[in-house]
Amino acid sequence: MTAAGYSVMGVTAVFVATLAVGAYGWRFSRTTSDFFVASRTVRPGLNASAIGGEYLSAASFLGVAGLVLAFGTEMLWYPVGWTAGYLVLLVLVAAPLRRSGAYTLPDFAESRLESRGVRRLSALLVVAIGWLYLMPQFQGAGLALASTTGTGSWLGGVLVATVVLVNVLFGGMRSITFVQAFQYWLKLTALLFPLLFMAAIWLGDGAVSPASVDVADVGGTGDSWVSPLAGGEHEVYTTYSIIMATFLGTMGLPHVVVRFYTNPDGAAARRTTLLVLALLGLFYLLPPVYGGLGRLYAPDLVASGRAESVVLELPSRMLAGTAGELLSALTTAGAFAAFLSTSSGLTVAVAGVISQDVMGRRFGGVRAFQAGAVVAVLVPLGLSLLTEGVGVAQAVGLAFAFAASTLCPLLVLGIWWRRLTDVGAIAGMLVGGGCAGGAVLATLLGVGPEGWGGALLAQPAAWTVPLSFLTMVGVSLATPRRVPRHAARTMVRLHTPESVQLDRGNAPR
Amino acid sequence: MSESAPRRVRVTSPRTSAARAQRVPAAREIDAQTRLGEVYMSSLIRSQLRLALLALAALVVFVGGIPLVFWLAPDLSDIEVLAVPLPWLLLAFAVYPFLLLVGWLYVRAAERNERAFTDVLDRT
Repeated sequence: MTAAGYSVMGVTAVFVATLAVGAYGWRFSRTTSDFFVASRTVRPGLNASAIGGEYLSAASFLGVAGLVLAFGTEMLWYPVGWTAGYLVLLVLVAAPLRRSGAYTLPDFAESRLESRGVRRLSALLVVAIGWLYLMPQFQGAGLALASTTGTGSWLGGVLVATVVLVNVLFGGMRSITFVQAFQYWLKLTALLFPLLFMAAIWLGDGAVSPASVDVADVGGTGDSWVSPLAGGEHEVYTTYSIIMATFLGTMGLPHVVVRFYTNPDGAAARRTTLLVLALLGLFYLLPPVYGGLGRLYAPDLVASGRAESVVLELPSRMLAGTAGELLSALTTAGAFAAFLSTSSGLTVAVAGVISQDVMGRRFGGVRAFQAGAVVAVLVPLGLSLLTEGVGVAQAVGLAFAFAASTLCPLLVLGIWWRRLTDVGAIAGMLVGGGCAGGAVLATLLGVGPEGWGGALLAQPAAWTVPLSFLTMVGVSLATPRRVPRHAARTMVRLHTPESVQLDRGNAPR
Repeated sequence: MSESAPRRVRVTSPRTSAARAQRVPAAREIDAQTRLGEVYMSSLIRSQLRLALLALAALVVFVGGIPLVFWLAPDLSDIEVLAVPLPWLLLAFAVYPFLLLVGWLYVRAAERNERAFTDVLDRT
């Protein structure tokens, strides 16, 4: 059998297993609450695996290794930031967000600030960030399938969208929880198992340091491969901006936030997040090693601009014959698990918001959720097919900067600062979102200036996040009369343990 | 004179009932949003916020400080431990156990804060 044949088998197995595990969850999914938040009964162990499975997207599975291979140590800030983002989420948001009792982020915004305007704006932002994040998943699936099996580049995205839609339509969050937990362990195995063989070969070859070889860098700025600072002139600014975006952007991603509502209570939400930290830390040990080994065994991928496929190709390059091809098929299967799980999580999150804020008027409950899911998948799929070739791979990084500048201040100030007003929240989200969004567009279209201006636009988080926070605080202080009437009661709901009998006001329905 | 025994009189202290009437459960203080209830709530929120900021400070200093250290002393990049460059060792491996440790300490302390709050409410 050919290498492409093994890959087709691996990918098919992942699709079939995903549908089978999802079908196991379909049987349990009956009520609206099942579809939106798995009836809030998911235990920390299962939930942490599911969050890990959903969070580790194609950017983690394929992108990190490719970036490390091409650009070096500075790219390790992405996996570090994506994990540290969970620590920030744990200490600032996890338990209060669960205790808020809301289904979606707009629910939280409305119940905390008692304003329909904040709800509409945050719903808009959730859908925008969700779609910005879904597009690269579909495109990545197309590229991965095309490079391993030689099909058209549109097929991968369409296949992933179809499988996701089937599971979400029939099982909602209940079903997706099982699927994602399964996919975390599949992704970990798919990277770890080939790595055991490859590490043995590396040791057999004398354990050469990847830093000792000279590879024609695509960056080409004479930047040292081992330096932990981003290349170019403004390396300190760029590095800290990446840190700001990833540390604070994680909590604003719609598919991350929505999972917190599936915990039974606030303390469980904290423990789940701690487990997620452990699972993410374990996973992120692996992709950088692929990047380092790729520098020794597949350096030509950098020159040919295919550094991203290092995870898919490295096993068959280091191991001769069928063994290498089988291991490459395993990593290909893992990549598709990554596309599927992240897309599923985003689809549930975006569908929840669309069905409540757009469709809720026309039909309710499970029907609205299913209609929302169709819209949530088809729009970004269409966009990804239309914009083929545009640098959408950058979209994931920009989604973090955008989320950090809009939803992060809303969550942090909403939870910890009683005097936040609806006007302040709207102003902060508009200013932060406007600046970050404008910078994102300018960078994607390539119209940014040179020098400092370009650096500020390419990685905007370091200035847009503080700007958004300052605007929210300043405008809130200027409008003290608009502090929500029940702010004190809401604070009781957000912060007190569930075991205490207290008047918590009306949780959002 | 009749030799009847003195009538039994029930002795009660007027203080007990008065004292009992003054004891209002802390939970009701919070529900009624009295000033005392505010004190209970803001002490809980402030202790949790202080804890969160402490964890973030550890993150900022020990992880956020890495780029600064390597910018000020670029020669550190050339150190290798078992064929692994030092920046790589820090960012690819050492940082994850550190994040987990901070998270674990945070969860323990946050649950302790909540237990203290629950105890105060139960005692009253």
